[in-house]
Parts: sequence; C-alpha cells; structure tokens
Amino acid sequence: MVSDWETVIGLEVHVQLATRSKIFSGASTRFGAEPNTQACAVDLAMPGTLPVLNREAVHMAVKFGVAIGADIARVSVFDRKNYFYPDLPKGYQISQLDYPIVGRGEVEVALPDGSSKRIGITRAHLEEDAGKSLHEDFHGLTGIDLNRAGTPLLEIVSEPEIRSAQEAVAYLKQIHSIIRYLGISDGNMAEGSMRCDINLSLRRPGDEKFGTRCEIKNVNSFRFVDKAIETERERQADILEHGGSVKQETRLYDAERNETRSMRSKEVAHDYRYFPEPDLLPVHVSEELIESIRAGLPELPAQKVQRFRTQFGLGAYDAAQLAASRELAEYFEAAATGAGDAKTTANWVLSELLARINRDGLEISACPVAAASLGTLIARIQDGTISGKIAKTVFEAMWAGEGEPDAIIATKGLRQMADSGAIEQLVDDALAANAGQVEQYRATPADKRQRMFGFFVGQVMKASQGKANPQQVNDLLRNRLDGE
Amino acid sequence: MHDIALEAIGSALERREFSSVEITSHLLDRIERANGTLNAFVSVNREGALRAAAAADAARAKGASGPLLGVPIAHKDLFCTAGLRTTCGSRMLGEFVPPYDATVVERLGAAGCVTLGKTNMDEFAMGSSNETSYFGPVRNPWDTGRVPGGSSGGSAAAVAARLAPGATATDTGGSIRQPASLCGLTGLKATYGRISRHGMIAFASSLDQAGPMARSAADCALMLQVMAGFDTRDSTSLEAPVPDYLSLLDRPLAGLRVGVPREYFDPGLHPGTEQAVRAGLAELEAQGARLVDISLPHSPLSVPAYYVIAPAECSANLSRYDGVRYGYRCQDPVDLRDLYERSRSEGFGEEVKRRIIVGTYALSAGYYDAYYRKAQQIRRLIAEDFREAFTQVDVIAGPAAPATAFRFGEKSADPITMYLEDIYTIAANLAGLPAMSMPGGLVEGLPVGIQLIGNHLQEGLLLNVAHRFQQATDWHRHAPAFTA
Repeated sequence: MVSDWETVIGLEVHVQLATRSKIFSGASTRFGAEPNTQACAVDLAMPGTLPVLNREAVHMAVKFGVAIGADIARVSVFDRKNYFYPDLPKGYQISQLDYPIVGRGEVEVALPDGSSKRIGITRAHLEEDAGKSLHEDFHGLTGIDLNRAGTPLLEIVSEPEIRSAQEAVAYLKQIHSIIRYLGISDGNMAEGSMRCDINLSLRRPGDEKFGTRCEIKNVNSFRFVDKAIETERERQADILEHGGSVKQETRLYDAERNETRSMRSKEVAHDYRYFPEPDLLPVHVSEELIESIRAGLPELPAQKVQRFRTQFGLGAYDAAQLAASRELAEYFEAAATGAGDAKTTANWVLSELLARINRDGLEISACPVAAASLGTLIARIQDGTISGKIAKTVFEAMWAGEGEPDAIIATKGLRQMADSGAIEQLVDDALAANAGQVEQYRATPADKRQRMFGFFVGQVMKASQGKANPQQVNDLLRNRLDGE
Repeated sequence: MHDIALEAIGSALERREFSSVEITSHLLDRIERANGTLNAFVSVNREGALRAAAAADAARAKGASGPLLGVPIAHKDLFCTAGLRTTCGSRMLGEFVPPYDATVVERLGAAGCVTLGKTNMDEFAMGSSNETSYFGPVRNPWDTGRVPGGSSGGSAAAVAARLAPGATATDTGGSIRQPASLCGLTGLKATYGRISRHGMIAFASSLDQAGPMARSAADCALMLQVMAGFDTRDSTSLEAPVPDYLSLLDRPLAGLRVGVPREYFDPGLHPGTEQAVRAGLAELEAQGARLVDISLPHSPLSVPAYYVIAPAECSANLSRYDGVRYGYRCQDPVDLRDLYERSRSEGFGEEVKRRIIVGTYALSAGYYDAYYRKAQQIRRLIAEDFREAFTQVDVIAGPAAPATAFRFGEKSADPITMYLEDIYTIAANLAGLPAMSMPGGLVEGLPVGIQLIGNHLQEGLLLNVAHRFQQATDWHRHAPAFTA
C-alpha cells in the first residue's frame, strides 16, 4: 500500500536574479535576445579574461537571506565546479560550496486545509548559470547559445522536511512569492527564471533513517513538480512493495508521458573537483549592509497574511492566497478600501476576479477592471443598490470595458427596486398567478416547503427582472405564505 | 643603436637624436636577422610597430613627451594583443587573435611603447627551459647550444641579444627570474596583485604575476611604473598607490638589513654560482648593508607544494580550450567526446598534459585532502616563514637559479630535475612577494643571477638595491658575443 510509506522531499530551487548585468561580466541578462548576442569575452571564456563579481547579485542574495531570517555569512567563498560541457565555456562553473552567502533559515507555508508548516532552508548560494544547448534545428548538430551563460543564480536548498507534493508546491509558491516581493527575480518559470530539482525518498512512518533518494532535475512548473513527485513516489513505492531497492540516481521528468526516467546513476556521477576560485576574493558582507537591507525590506508575504487576518478578519488560507503575489495583495487592499467590506472583497477577488484572470491568461497587472472600480461595485451591493447576482452582470460589463459600475447600473437600469409598495404588488401578482402552487405549498408540511418557497422567490425576481431586493422579496413572501 | 638601453632610448628620442621609426625599424631588421637562430619571437609586428612608431614621432612633434614615448619593446606571447596573434606557445592557440589588449599591453601602449612582436615561451608558461614551446625552443644568445631558461625565454633572449631594450614577462614559479639569471638580465616579478592579470593568459591564477625584463633596474623601474596599478577588471589586483620608482632608485644602502637564507645555499647550488652570489652579497655589505643569517625553514617544501597547487589551478584554467568556441579543433570530430579528446590531445603538448593530469588527480575526490589541502597548508607556512623573516630584515638575497644555463635536452628528459630549476624562486610566488634577479657575475662565460626578495609592495626597495648594486658593478652591462 502506497499509504504505508512516508515521502521525504528536499528541494533545490534555482532562482535567476534580476540583475541588469551578469554575475561576473558586464553583459546584459535580458531574456529572449538573438543567440550569442549577449555574451561578452568573459562569458565566452576567452583567454585572459577574469570574473568580476556583480555587487547587485550579492545584495539580492543578502536580501533573500534577511527575508527568511537566515544567517548571512560575513565571509563567503566562490569555488570552481569542474565539468566539461559545450554550454559551460570555462569548463567550470563558479559556485559556492563550503561557504555559501546565506546560511540556515526557514519559511512558513500555508496549506489548503488552513494549517501551516515551517520548512527549513539549509542554505542559499550564488553561482552562475550555464548557456543553452539547442538540439533541434541543427540537422544532427548541437547549437550553443551563451546568452544565459553567467546569469546570476541563487540556489536555495531546503531541508528534507517536505512530506507531500502538496507541501512541495506550497513551499515553492512561498519561495516564488518571496523572491517576487523582494524584486530579486521575476520568478518566470516558463522562461527558466525559477527551476527546481527534487530529491525524493520513501521510508516507513516512524523510521529515523532516510531511504535511498533520487534526484529529479530541472522541473519548471508548479504543476510538473506536483506530478513529478506523485509519479516518482509511486515508482519508488512500487519498487519497495515488490521487495526491491531504490537505486540512487539522477532522473528526468518527462511531462508528456508523466514519468521520470534515469539520467545517470551514482556510479557515473561527476567528480566536480571543487576548489576555491583563485580569480575572486572572498566576499565580505558588513553588518551595516545587512542592516540597511533589513531596513529596506518590503512587507513580506507572511507579515501580510498576518495583517490580513487581524485587520480584515480573513481566514488563513484566503489571506495566504491573496498575499501570494504582491500585485494581487495590493489590488485586494485597494478594492477593499473602496468597498468598505474586506471579506466580501476577498471573496470577489479570489473567485470572480481570479477566475476571469485565469480564464483569459492575464497577469493581475493587466486586469481590465481597476481595483477602485471593483471596490465601488462591491460598495453598491453593500448599500443595496444592486443585488449580488446583478453585481455579476455588472462585473461582466466592466470586464468587457463598458465603463464604471455606477454608469453601467444606470444605463442598463439595473438598480434594485427600493419601493416596497412596488415589490408588494409583484409578490401579490405572483401569488395570484400561481394560486394552485400556493394551495399545494400550504398543504405541505413546514419542514418540506423550502424548495417550493424558492419557486415563488424565483417568480417574483423574474417579474422584477432581477431588480427586486431578494431579502425584501423573501420577507414579504414569508409573511404572505407562512404568516397566515 | 641597438646597444642603447631602454631609458637611454627614451632620452635619445627626447633629444631627437633619432626617431622612433628609425630605432623601431633598426630593431625589426635585427629581429629578422637573428630570429632564425634564436627563435625568440613567435610573431613579429612589423607593420603595426612602424605605424605605432610613426604615431609616436608625430605625437612628439606636436609636443607630447614621456620616457617611453616611441620606445620599442616586446611582449611575452601570453599577453593578449588586439588584432595580433597570441599563441601562449601552444598549438591550441596557434591561430588565436584576441579582440582585446591585456591591461599591461594597454598601459604600455598608452605610455607610447611600440610593440615589436610577441616573444616565444614555454607552452602556457609551463617550463624552465623554453623547450616546451610548440614553436620550438629559444636559444640562449650567450651560447646557442644552451637554453635561455623559461618560461619567459623568448623575452630574455630578445633583450639579451639586443633585439629589444625591454620586454614584458610573467612569473608563476620563477619564469621571469630564472631566464633573467640565465641570460644576464634584470627581471622583476611584482607583488601578487600589483600588476593586473586581465588579458594575461592564465597558467595558475593564484601564482601568476607579470613584470618587466630589461638590462638594468632603472629600465625595469620605468616599465613597472606604467605596468603597476589597480585594475577593476582583475578582482585580485591591489588598490594600493603606485610609488615613483625612479625617485627611489638612488637611496644609499647604509643600514639596510639583508637576510641570507641558509636554505638557499644547499648542496644543489653550483659552487661557481654560489661564489658569484656571495661576491654580490659582499658588494652590498661594502655599501653599508648588513648581512643577516636567516632561516626559511619550510623552503624545501616549496617545490612539492607548488607542483600540486599550480597544476590544480591549471587543470581548471585550461579546461576552456575545448575546441568549441576558439582555438585548435581536431579534424572531423565524430561526437562531443571525440571533439574534446582529440582537440585537447593534439592541441596541447606533453608538459601541459602532464600538469593537467597531475592537477586533476590532486583535486579528485579522495585525494583533495592529501594533496591540494596539504599543499595550501604548506603555502601558509612558507608565507609565515617570510613574515617572520621580514621582522628582522628588509630584503632577502640569494641565488635565482641553481646554476648557469644548461644544454638543450639536459633536463627535459626528467621533469623533476627540470622542476628543481625553480627551487629558489617558487617560494616568493607561493607567498605573493615581489622578487627579482639581477646579473651578479659570469661563470665560464655564462651569466649568474642574484635574487632579491622583498616584503609585500616593496618593489621600490628591490629596484633601489639592484640599482645601487648596478652603480658599483658592471655585470648588467655585459652583452653576449652573439651577432645578429
């Protein structure tokens, strides 16, 4: 039984830092340029060229470390990681092995059941990205694009404290959210700005010792992380159930076939022959720098969640959903201010708005409905101008670019009937027109009347073209039908 | 005309005794006649040199001046020269034309120096006899049956044969001082970080350092003045002010404490060489310096430590020569592995391959602690020896090489014998200290060098001691009988 195994997961996340130039050269890091147009002599590893560390990358790494409450190394050291590959121009990658810039820290992740979990971060270190090998379109040859070579990466290594695909995805979303809040990466997974290696093993619940792990390399979307973990967990459980043993190896996730495949075994694993990079001095980070970075930090996702809960009375999961992206959180707050009711605004943002945004594949920044307009719309529900149902009609029109809510309500005549005499007339008309149903209703035992009651409400609302206040209609009908 | 030294050429140009074009074309003709025998130059820059000389003359006509304006020199062929082939003595870079100048080339060029050509050298600066060059051995103008030393053998032979008044060189374990000793020249290796390594093709990054090679300390001072200084493109370059070396040359030596390390007068030192060095020390004493018997107890470990660290660094530094982007590529590779294996097997010579293999081994999993880490510990002990010594003395003096120039093939069969050529020079590289060799006598018609080692950034004092010595002796004025 699969459920008899505990899944142990550790994640290594590679985040491309949003510096303007590369980590060891002055070449641009812009994505999508023509191949090899953003690679200078240093990136091409021309003879005699030397790396010069980009201070901005150091500051960004420190920012991340401070944000997760980690120890910042006062002195960190770059090393050479040696291996031959055509998209690695120097034949070594400059990375940090023994003395990473960011030490032990942790993040708190919100889970869908409303609970939260702290996940430890072992370390985060700076390194350079490699170029890209392009195997298509070259008729049996391989093309090399070195634009990406030398792009700064922050590799964030978690403790093996993740126990499910759901936790893994929640952790990744939290990291994604933090780096975006800090503005140190665009976190664009499709463009490779954030990539993930998954270390996964199984053990019997209660066991102290970890099982043999496999590493799944370079998974580049939340959905694939979820699926890769599920399929790898099943694969390992299947081996163990049948008395076999898992082989330590590096695997690749094939999204098309939803399976992981062996890439290389431990026996043929590289010996990277790390040694300190003699072309770079150790990196010194002063107390003053750390303090000035700390002072400049924005409100972080975890703090925002806390504030949304206390200030607006939101539930943990809703608050976490809203705080996941800085832009969404800002949108929500602006809308809630106009609406005067944060909870209703949270519901609107998390359901109507996000559904629309996801359907149209938009970013919140490109949302056609301004936060203030959504706030006004919700305020119109609160002040009884329109019903919640009509509000959805108005929202559709706003999304279609038909204008501000008040104008739409006015032009389309959607204002709720406030005249109680008129509503009374509609109620009476409906009851008269459906005398048979009224009789039937009254003959039905009180606890079974609800469905039929809804029929009358529907009739009145239809007659009012949706403009009658549903509460008023309810009250009047109760009075007329049950009151006698 | 060719017998005029570097400083005197500058003065003669200043006095318009001849033009830069005249002295340049005179030396170019001389190189043409001599190079068939000496093989000191890999590339002769006739057109470029004459153009630069004409430009210098034109600038001087317009009122420009400077001690190096229009003075022709040669560059060791591992300094990148924009548009001029830079081979590093290797088939691997046999056709390599850099798109940039090394900082050293750029600075000397800006001071008005004219580049006569690129001098031959041991392949990737690995060797002590110039026999490892892909372009064939350089002959010593003092005796063409003997080696000029290495790795800067081409620069040494060119200056000794009066083909150039001065040349740039580099020193990783003695590559300036040993050939200077064997060719009767004054050569200085600066403090690690004093001269930028940008554009200087790397052998062992933590040991490589450039320096001038010329006939006298005064000439070296002129060149060093321009070569030294901070460079943002080399992270290991020192941000210390550059003193006016010329103004320091004449200070009297009275009271100077000269340390004489016991370990440098070991049984490996040729008696004739020892006699010459002792006589030189006596001359310093005669000028008021005090000789102090000192010990550098870890000196005997410098060769083994060096032959772990230097190959380890070179094994990574030379990984970039993979046949992918530039440099030698084998014919019709069948796949990636074949491309790597044959390009590197065919592109590198035996000594380079030997050191890559040694270095790769020393860094391998399971051997790192026994070799690389141990060697670094020895390196620290050696530096500590010097720190201790410099609390008692101002400079250290001893032999630069165990004997005078040896015959071709005499040491090339046994690498260890060859490695011991650098037994007195390597320690200064391991400790990052400035050191130089100055002519101190002749043994059986062949020059002997005296080595001076200074504390960090004490180039001025070294040049001062050498200059005072050269005011009282004429060993540096002796020229080989070689005729071009």
